[in-house]
Amino acid sequence: MKELMLTNKAIARGAYEAGVKVLSAYPGTPSTEIAENFVKHEGVYAEWAPNEKVAVEVAIGAAVGGVRAMACMKHVGLNVAADPLFTAAYTGVNGGLVIVVADDPGMHSSQNEQDSRYYARGAHVPMLEPSDANEAKEFVKLAYEISEKFDTPVLLRETTRVAHSHGMVELCEREEIGVKPYEKSAAKYVMMPANAIKRHVVLEQRDKDLLAYACSAACNRAEYTNEEEIGVVCSGVVYEYVKEALPNANVYKIGMVHPVPAPAIAEFAKNVKKLYVIEELEPFIEDALKAAGIACEGKSLFSLQGEISVPKIKAAFGLETEMTIEAENVPARPPVMCAGCPHRGVFYVLNKLKLTVNGDIGCYTLGAVAPLSAVDTCVCMGASVGMAHGMKKATDGEIRNVAVIGDSTFLHSGVTGLINAVYNQSGITLLILDNSTTGMTGHQQHPATGKNLKGEPAPVVLLDELCRACGVKDLAIVDAYDVKAVEKAVKAAIASPEVSVIIAQRPCALLDKSSKPKMKVENCKNCGVCMRIGCPAISMGENGVVIDANQCTGCGVCAAVCPFNALVKEGK
Amino acid sequence: MMNVLIAGVGGQGTLLASRVLGKYAMLAGKDCKLSEIHGMSQRGGSVVTHVRIGDKIYSPVIWEGSADVILAFEALEAVRVKHYLKKDGILLTNDEKILPMPCITGAAKYPDGLKEKLTGESANVHFIPAQKWAMEAGSAKATNIVILGALCKLCGLDRTVMAEAVAACVPEKFQALNLKAFELGFERV
Repeated sequence: MKELMLTNKAIARGAYEAGVKVLSAYPGTPSTEIAENFVKHEGVYAEWAPNEKVAVEVAIGAAVGGVRAMACMKHVGLNVAADPLFTAAYTGVNGGLVIVVADDPGMHSSQNEQDSRYYARGAHVPMLEPSDANEAKEFVKLAYEISEKFDTPVLLRETTRVAHSHGMVELCEREEIGVKPYEKSAAKYVMMPANAIKRHVVLEQRDKDLLAYACSAACNRAEYTNEEEIGVVCSGVVYEYVKEALPNANVYKIGMVHPVPAPAIAEFAKNVKKLYVIEELEPFIEDALKAAGIACEGKSLFSLQGEISVPKIKAAFGLETEMTIEAENVPARPPVMCAGCPHRGVFYVLNKLKLTVNGDIGCYTLGAVAPLSAVDTCVCMGASVGMAHGMKKATDGEIRNVAVIGDSTFLHSGVTGLINAVYNQSGITLLILDNSTTGMTGHQQHPATGKNLKGEPAPVVLLDELCRACGVKDLAIVDAYDVKAVEKAVKAAIASPEVSVIIAQRPCALLDKSSKPKMKVENCKNCGVCMRIGCPAISMGENGVVIDANQCTGCGVCAAVCPFNALVKEGK
Repeated sequence: MMNVLIAGVGGQGTLLASRVLGKYAMLAGKDCKLSEIHGMSQRGGSVVTHVRIGDKIYSPVIWEGSADVILAFEALEAVRVKHYLKKDGILLTNDEKILPMPCITGAAKYPDGLKEKLTGESANVHFIPAQKWAMEAGSAKATNIVILGALCKLCGLDRTVMAEAVAACVPEKFQALNLKAFELGFERV
């Protein structure tokens, strides 16, 4: 049976068909839907972990315990999980272990464009890269075969264009894999120097065995057209672009991007006019071929930045893309905080108080955008807390800074920064914007929401008690819609010499779908103060501001900032 | 081969529209690929989804100058992607105006005369009050389905199969509303 399927759902399906028993993940675009779809299958266990490092450790534990296991994350998540990855490569597995990593060329929803293929080379683990949904499903199954045959974790890499595209997928039955017996073996699983030295020998031999396998594996293949034509080496979604842009070219499609099957490509190169490598981001394949002494051209024609496209390939080879209508510069439509977003009032206050804001990763990064323009820094998950501490230490409080983090991000890796700030006494102010969900990735549960990945009730990690247990004595809880209370709490916190935490609570506006009284305008004086909160439901009309009733949620933040009481709730 | 580019504002239902077209392709026994972007752009930003239907599809993405049809849920978004249209392609847009944040704050001005601009550049431009028709059907949220009804008529697609695809992709309790929206789009365009 065939089904049109999102690639991430196809990966989940592949894991199900491969008999995967345990999956652990942290949400991150474009990888989130894998766990969400996998958990819907019968007879499997899946969970949201608080971060990617934990997710990979859970999967390693499950694999050593004898079942097939998977961990999923976005590219930057693998930075967090790199620690267990590099050593799991030494221990090897028992049941198969696959780690899915989703790169984001073009940064559709990310803070950088790092290329996770280098993790495969750095950790000495094989990496597969599918081109579309059906291949993704099949590669998951292949990845488990490789994992168990070569006793290694396997990375499965996808990019946004693959992860978030749909294609026709052929459904198969689940293969029931039993539990492999776990046998105690300190030499294999206890990585202290004496044991790890011996496992490093195994690792180096495995690299050689994998290269031999890669050169004959069916997932790497040459597609010949004509030896008078050029040859193009490519993988992932770029293969699909090459087939459309250069239909006459000979193509070497790499399914296993690490180890690069250089000896097989050397053979391919002999049968084509000239060899090119087309790849997104870094010259990973190109460098491997050049290191093997194979002449080829690649990044001299393409940038390291952004996505490859059919027109870019055509342009590189002097072919024209037929265009009849010119592109036009029109006002940009950047993403904005939703109408009713509980973060809006907080950023209004921080901006008003002219504070330096160390921001973090999530919807609230949008607090950097005009007109709120409140966020000064954003680096990685949890960085707000550590950076705020560093800034305080650097200037002895001369920079009036606060850290802002979301509930899910705080649990991911903000809490360790808080422990550091308490322990090393920087007296930072931390605002936890608790909207009871993982917002930007599309509303996933986390340890403080009271529900698990399946939506079932789960024990709650209480953020206030967690902060107190870290040694925070100065803690306030406020309603994020109560702008005056937020301002009062922030003023008190920044005046305090101790580490202060403010938890601003209000569920994400998109979670509450009930219809509520909207705001209406009465006797607007046209002062424009409410325009400073950047609400998409408010615009300037001819006789004062206008509320878009389709978007307004009646949160009342505009009324709280209006100096003339011109904004009131309907029915009041 | 048919390339349909769908452009709108995050939250307008471009993803649902592309999935209905995907279902249509499945029911019609064709190969199909869809490409969409989730995450940050959904928060009120510009959203573009790609639908490609044919015998064998490679790229999930439509490129500039290759769209047979552009479906826009907002007029400014139609202008933003107009260069994707191929010669003699069809551009179908909702006449609704949603101000982007730079226009709300006054940093930029929402351009005038979008309809004249588009019709001056291509012969096959259709401005329809899709949101008004959707509200007649029962909800502004069905604007996407009104546009699919209009697409079905303009491109001569199978009306029964498309209605079946709509019914399969929307929650059961909104089925009647969406089918009405579909019919309004089909009949009035």
